[in-house]
Amino acid sequence: MRGGMRNKMPEQPANIRNHNFQEVALGYDEKTAIDEAQRCLNCLKPRCVQGCPVNVSIPNFIHEITEQNFGAAIRVLKDKNSFPAICGRVCPQENQCEKNCILGIKGEPVAIGRLERFVADYARQNELDQMPTTETIAKKQKVAIVGSGPSSLSCAGDLAKLGYDVTIFEALHAPGGVLMYGIPQFRLPKEIVQHEIDQIKTLGVKIMPDVVIGRTFTIDELMQEEGFAAVYVATGAGLPHFMNIPGENLNGVYSANEFLTRVNLMKAYEFPKVATPVYIGKKAAIVGAGNVAMDAARTAKRLGAETVYVVYRRSEEEMPARKEEIGHAREEGIEFRLLNNPLEILGDENSWVKGMKCIKMELGEPDASGRRSPVAIAGSEYILDVDMVVMSIGQGPNPLIKMTTPHLETNKRGNIVADAVGQTSMPGVFAGGDIVTGAATVISAMGAGKKAAVAIDAYLKEK
Amino acid sequence: MNKILMKKELSPQVFEIMVEAPLVAHKCKPGQFIMIRVDESSERIPLTIGDFDREAGTITLVVQEVGNTTRHFCQDFNVGDTILDVVGPLGTPSEMSKFGTVVCVGGGIGVAPIYPIARAYKALGNKIISIIGARSKDLLTWADKMAEVSDKLIITTDDGTAGHKGFVTDPLKAMLEKGDKIDYVIAIGPVIMMKNVASTTLPFHVHTVASLNSIMVDGTGMCGGCRVFVGKENKFACVDGPEFDAHKVDFANLMQRQKMYKNQESVEYGCGGHCQCVEE
Ligand SMILES: Cc1cc2nc3c(=O)[nH]c(=O)nc-3n(C[C@H](O)[C@H](O)[C@H](O)COP(=O)(O)OP(=O)(O)OC[C@H]3O[C@@H](n4cnc5c(N)ncnc54)[C@H](O)[C@@H]3O)c2cc1C
Ligand SMILES: Cc1cc2nc3c(=O)[nH]c(=O)nc-3n(C[C@H](O)[C@H](O)[C@H](O)COP(=O)(O)OP(=O)(O)OC[C@H]3O[C@@H](n4cnc5c(N)ncnc54)[C@H](O)[C@@H]3O)c2cc1C
Ligand code: SF4
Ligand code: SF4
Ligand code: FES
Repeated sequence: MRGGMRNKMPEQPANIRNHNFQEVALGYDEKTAIDEAQRCLNCLKPRCVQGCPVNVSIPNFIHEITEQNFGAAIRVLKDKNSFPAICGRVCPQENQCEKNCILGIKGEPVAIGRLERFVADYARQNELDQMPTTETIAKKQKVAIVGSGPSSLSCAGDLAKLGYDVTIFEALHAPGGVLMYGIPQFRLPKEIVQHEIDQIKTLGVKIMPDVVIGRTFTIDELMQEEGFAAVYVATGAGLPHFMNIPGENLNGVYSANEFLTRVNLMKAYEFPKVATPVYIGKKAAIVGAGNVAMDAARTAKRLGAETVYVVYRRSEEEMPARKEEIGHAREEGIEFRLLNNPLEILGDENSWVKGMKCIKMELGEPDASGRRSPVAIAGSEYILDVDMVVMSIGQGPNPLIKMTTPHLETNKRGNIVADAVGQTSMPGVFAGGDIVTGAATVISAMGAGKKAAVAIDAYLKEK
Repeated sequence: MNKILMKKELSPQVFEIMVEAPLVAHKCKPGQFIMIRVDESSERIPLTIGDFDREAGTITLVVQEVGNTTRHFCQDFNVGDTILDVVGPLGTPSEMSKFGTVVCVGGGIGVAPIYPIARAYKALGNKIISIIGARSKDLLTWADKMAEVSDKLIITTDDGTAGHKGFVTDPLKAMLEKGDKIDYVIAIGPVIMMKNVASTTLPFHVHTVASLNSIMVDGTGMCGGCRVFVGKENKFACVDGPEFDAHKVDFANLMQRQKMYKNQESVEYGCGGHCQCVEE
């Protein structure tokens, strides 16, 4: 048996990469990938597969790598996972497939995500993943897909392969959802997302940007007037939350969504070459500790903030972000103010941020979720010297569809209610991804899209 | 789609632009707006739908040059050119009802957005009194169109070159003090004007709404950049608005937030730079 250590991922050095937007992780080369693949025991009852939300046949694709059959490997992957190049980069593998890997008990688990990424990149570069064009297939009924995030794209792709006439409606000018406007270039290059979108298009899927469902058309209008036989709604969790503390409306305070959208979607880092500006302070506080917060912090650093704090009211252990991203952020010089809670943002005479009043916290009794809840330490207030604040404390569902589709059942948080295959309270209307689950992961959103495609096919065949 | 069909200069730096936008024209209601991105490197900016023709599939915008994007749009785009992205209609439409007597107050560039609202209120049987104002006679826009949909049209100019000399709030105040029956007031224009309309009507308890022009990015409720403080809570102007109860709006916060990119853009303000809409 091989040693317990996995192959290291080559990366840009931290003090160089925190000044550029190029990808941080550089990917395995062929030799390293084969070496890493050889660590896999090809278990008869592979525990890793259970940990993957879409049950990728992990030992099979890894086995194909050891045989240098990269074309076969990509086919195994794509059978369950529409976007391995994306999931290999952004999946929280340490909590999913890799967490379960048998090798992880005594040593380090097989680097499943890195291998997935390698296969997908190899396939893209060597054009092993060309989609069949479907022009010859007679088009069946029309299906509308609302939103163009990973859930929508996977659903659209699968339905197109089944011969449906699929149209994606996207509110923004560019498709891709969070993959385009949220996750930064240095973690997920936009060319990769664009490649997946182009692939979906070669399957015959039409993409209509600049259409807001609920405004340009309602769901009822899509079905009754525009001739769509079924609709899949995957509008994500795009509504930013604020803390509702004093000073949140001062100039220099952003939601993470606004900050990241200005930079990623509108390319504000090229201002004034592009017209959209973004403000970067000298000292920035990012409130929250999820993936979104890490992305905001590392983006602020890259755009020139000298000091970047991540302010989080719980401790290291509870931080929801991926371990790898927290590590990357640390290496890049992000400072963590854990067990600290903002109370108020302070402004100068022109209503610009000039500081943030925080209070120190300690961990108390475990709460309902089993996490030890933070309790404020009386008298520990202090002022953190910052001139920029990014609120990154979570997102909820956008209310537009709910407001304009009264008979579509939603729960008290505003998420659409759907069963395991995406069926909603309205016949012919399916939903999945973050709009159903609340903010989750790319892979679960993608998995929901695949399940819904099967359910939509069944529904339309019966109809 | 998105082709410019007509362009006309209404006054210096203000243009009326008719765009082919069938999806928007098909659906839009008074009080709604669109977001445009004129070309690849441009900002997404919100513009109110000043007029629309459902049959022809066209919408009409009235655009004032105030900064980079609006200048680029007004100067470099002509009949036959295409706008890269047009999305809409956005925002919650104006509340439509028979209120009785409605006063429509439009200031500067705010006259065009108020026109379809006045027209719709008129069609519902309301009595329309319109007060439109500008700094000077040659900056007045759409007075003729407003006259067509109003029972009474009052014009004010700061310098007295047309109509009454003074602000739009002067005739409004006079009517209220005289005891004229007014059931509903809607104000669209520079923030300082909307703020003053609100404080004029407040003592008389007349329901007043203002259409807020906060800085926007997506216009779909995703970024929170357009947040405005209304009645002690944050609202997103692009989804919850743009119209809000003017007596509850924190106008000072809106003015402050509009200046967020002042340094970066060395902005020329709404009315040319030296009017009251910037500094109080
Ligand atoms: C900054 C950031 C970092 C993240 N990092 C990770 C990570 O590392 N790993 C991971 O697994 N997950 C990560 N996530 C979460 C992940 O991106 C989401 O769970 C996933 O994108 C959800 O996919 P979705 O298809 O449900 O929706 P989204 O990706 O949110 O896409 C929804 C799309 O619908 C559009 N839309 C919304 N309303 C309408 C409407 N009315 N009409 C038309 N279109 C509409 C939106 O504009 C958007 O394009 C991150 C999220 C963010 C914001
Ligand atoms: C709902 C709504 C409806 C509007 N309707 C009209 C209209 O019908 N006609 C018209 O001429 N103008 C309208 N505006 C204002 C118009 O959007 C701004 O003048 C324009 O965005 C300025 O862009 P700029 O690049 O030319 O100027 P900049 O130099 O970028 O900015 C000048 C000033 O305009 C404001 N501004 C800048 N960017 C935005 C933005 N993305 N969103 C909103 N305001 C911004 C700020 O106050 C800024 O200080 C409307 C605004 C809103 C919110
Ligand atoms: S999709 Fe994600 S969880 Fe599944 S095998 Fe790939 S990296 Fe692991
Ligand atoms: S559990 Fe680990 S060793 Fe076993 S098949 Fe999965 S990846 Fe390979
Ligand atoms: S413009 Fe982004 S939420 Fe309103």
